[in-house]
Amino acid sequence: MSEVQTGYVTEDGRQIGDVMLDLRAITLRFGGVEAIKNISFDIREGEIRAIIGPNGAGKSSMLNVISGFYVPQEGEVWFHGKKRPPVKPFQVARQGIARTFQNIALFEGMSVLDNIMTGRLNYTKSGMLAQAIWKGKAEREETENRERVERVIDFLEIQAIRKTPVGRLPYGLKKRVELARALAAEPKLLLLDEPMAGMNVEEKEDMSRFILDVNDEFGTTIALIEHDMGVVMDLSDRVVVMDYGKKIGDGTPDEVRNNQDVIDAYLGVAHDE
Amino acid sequence: MSAGPNTSGVKTLPDLLSRNAKTIGSKTAYREKEFGIWQTWTWSEAEAEVDSLAKGLLTLGVEVGDLIAVAGRNRPALYWAMLAVQKTGGIPVPLYQDAAAEEIAYALENCNARFAIVGDQEQVDKIADVRDQLPNLKHVVYLDGRGLRKYDHSHLSSYAAVQDAGAKANNDAELKARQDAQTYDATCVMLYTSGTTSKPKGVVLSNRNIIETAKNSCAFDDLKANEEILAYLPMAWVGDFIFSMGQSLWTGFCVNCPESPDTMQADMREIGPTYFFAPPQVFERQLTQVMIRMEDAGKFKRRMFHRFMDVAKRVGPKLLDGEPVALMDRLSYMLGNYLVFAPLKDTLGLGRVRVGYTAGEAIGPELFQFYRSLGINLKQLYGQTEATVFITQQPNGEVRADTVGVASPEVELKISDSGEVFYRSPGVFVEYFNNPESTADTKDAEGWVATGDAGFIEEKSGHLRIIDRVKDVGKMSDGSMFAPKYVENKLKFYPDILEAVVFGAGRDRCTAFINIDLTAVGNWAERNNIAYSSYQELSQNQQVLDIISQHVSEVNATIAQDEMLSGCQVHRFLVLHKELDADDGEMTRTRKVRRGVIAEKFDDLLDALYGDMSEIYTETEVTYEDGRKGKIAATLDIRDAELSTPVAKKVAAE
Repeated sequence: MSEVQTGYVTEDGRQIGDVMLDLRAITLRFGGVEAIKNISFDIREGEIRAIIGPNGAGKSSMLNVISGFYVPQEGEVWFHGKKRPPVKPFQVARQGIARTFQNIALFEGMSVLDNIMTGRLNYTKSGMLAQAIWKGKAEREETENRERVERVIDFLEIQAIRKTPVGRLPYGLKKRVELARALAAEPKLLLLDEPMAGMNVEEKEDMSRFILDVNDEFGTTIALIEHDMGVVMDLSDRVVVMDYGKKIGDGTPDEVRNNQDVIDAYLGVAHDE
Repeated sequence: MSAGPNTSGVKTLPDLLSRNAKTIGSKTAYREKEFGIWQTWTWSEAEAEVDSLAKGLLTLGVEVGDLIAVAGRNRPALYWAMLAVQKTGGIPVPLYQDAAAEEIAYALENCNARFAIVGDQEQVDKIADVRDQLPNLKHVVYLDGRGLRKYDHSHLSSYAAVQDAGAKANNDAELKARQDAQTYDATCVMLYTSGTTSKPKGVVLSNRNIIETAKNSCAFDDLKANEEILAYLPMAWVGDFIFSMGQSLWTGFCVNCPESPDTMQADMREIGPTYFFAPPQVFERQLTQVMIRMEDAGKFKRRMFHRFMDVAKRVGPKLLDGEPVALMDRLSYMLGNYLVFAPLKDTLGLGRVRVGYTAGEAIGPELFQFYRSLGINLKQLYGQTEATVFITQQPNGEVRADTVGVASPEVELKISDSGEVFYRSPGVFVEYFNNPESTADTKDAEGWVATGDAGFIEEKSGHLRIIDRVKDVGKMSDGSMFAPKYVENKLKFYPDILEAVVFGAGRDRCTAFINIDLTAVGNWAERNNIAYSSYQELSQNQQVLDIISQHVSEVNATIAQDEMLSGCQVHRFLVLHKELDADDGEMTRTRKVRRGVIAEKFDDLLDALYGDMSEIYTETEVTYEDGRKGKIAATLDIRDAELSTPVAKKVAAE
């Protein structure tokens, strides 16, 4: 594991910054089951960080700890150099963390545009009454929000489905709409839970390109869970490997690829030729 | 301004831009949908954009006579780029945005481009791929910087950066001098032909070609400054250059660019163009969508649709042509218009179309009549890049599916002894770039240009009819004219028939191979509970053959009516057991049949067609998508088609 204190420079020349999120000795239990056992790792500003592991390894639980949905029984979450007290998910969202879900969680009956607009909730300060009257601040806010949403729509190239109800969309596009909603919140840290599950090769390529572009254009830090090893190795700067709730590897894709524990547990390839 | 604004002193397109900025400066000139909203630019604003870009190009070192490639989807900024290039004395060379890297490389190398102005990362990457082959390419300017931040910018800048540099530069005098120094006969643009037969050729068009053609064609259809057009066809195509640059600058009408290719239909509906151009495929796709959606509609709506469409088919075209129509018909058409046609046209985005054109390929008469019966003034034109589009077009009120109209204004037509169509006009191209042999082959000393198409002028109407490509037209053994594509097109207009290959050159009668359309015929089979397990089985189903036989005899009946081509009736035909495929070399990649290859490959079948067998067993080698080869065997039925008595036959060459 790299022990650099003030960031590093990636192979393609991107400057990776300081530690943004630091998870220290996290343990999460559901009754008698230990979903996460004493795991520590960090996410640095500007990097693409992957979490991989077999089914049931605790990856999604880990993401839920970061997003504040689960509160770990032991361990500390440090965010931007400060220890984070137990928080509610909406407070985490206000701190600049947005996520997408493994099983798409969109409002099926609403249009793509309206779905993405919900990502702007945290930027709406005017009260219910003001919004009902639709004057002054409420109107200005709506305009600003819509502008940001339109930029995201343009960025993800979903102009053609702007007004289509989400329920009518194919799976791959729904995933993209979810990403759009997360981006509309202008996150500093974006958590992607299996963004490419169930996609065909072409859709995966598109999604990979969008993830790289998001990271490049907006400087968004990304933590993602993914099963497709090819995708993970190509996209990410550093990889955490989990198995049965334990961390068994952490490092650059190359380091992880050559880690014997990882090969045994996850890739399941023969040791020698 | 009926005849267009004052034109004194106009020599170039940038001159027209300056004129528009002066005379109608506050009128909307360009619109583009971006971020969900239509952004607009007036003529004055457009001129300012063009000026700053042109000055920026000067700072990059653009010289007079430089050829500068422009590639990307239709966006106002790229139209301005072409104008800016012209302003600096350079020559824009629009390229197809979907061209492969090698094709781009060929074009850039061929015209020795020193600069390229492109839309986005995709185009930048394509050029980067072939940069080694292009030592003269000095600088690339891009419009959309997404994904390009990490690229080496030593020979790359953003459009905005070039404009900024231009706005700061103190070179107005030089720019003005360059603009003033240009002449009416200087090169305006260079466009590459599609190159179906050989390497693409650069067609050089002068300011005179473009401006005279724009002037004449606008007068022909009475186009004014308040027209709206949708710019969605490739910028590298001469038609788009004439519509979105020539005619727009001439009359001052507004060019609207869609948000993305996928949103074209929705954007078109929002704009409601008054002047619209589309190849037959676009109309076909629209019609299919309408029909599918009607099938899904409720019973009442469906019956209403079909009832009024019957009225429309009977009455619509007559109304459009101003012919007399009975009062009852007129009333039911009005009711139909209120209930069906107007909403349908609005959905298609064609509600305001005053002049619509289709060209490029033969359009099926049914398809053509469908749009005309709705009251859309859809017409045909015949043209090519070398003519700056217009050779012939149909005047209002004289529109027919089987002709391409009368000579466009100031175009002279001539049919050679061999039946080939020649034309001469102010739009005739200057030359093929760096290719005097080809220029001499196509254009003679008097300025007549060979189209490569065989056709004739109908005596009664004076309309031109195109029969076929000259090289495909032959003679049958009795000396009558043989035009396979003419017959094939007639067959292909039936949705059940995907492809047809007609033989008969040097023979005493015509025969045909036919490919059924699996979608259409499969759909029919499903509706009629006809089970089949493969394309091959369906193709030899007796009921399918009956249907095809019916189509062939109908085609024969129409061919029999044709004085010159009545010898081309199809006597015998068979339905092929496999789809003709480019992978097997039977078609080109652009889906044109290779008659020679097919005749050779299926020579046993061809012999059988000219023999007296009623069925034949054959084995054919096929190539699978992964490149493996296999054999399919089949026994094919050979059918005799019903023939019609021809009208008095005229000998081909009088």
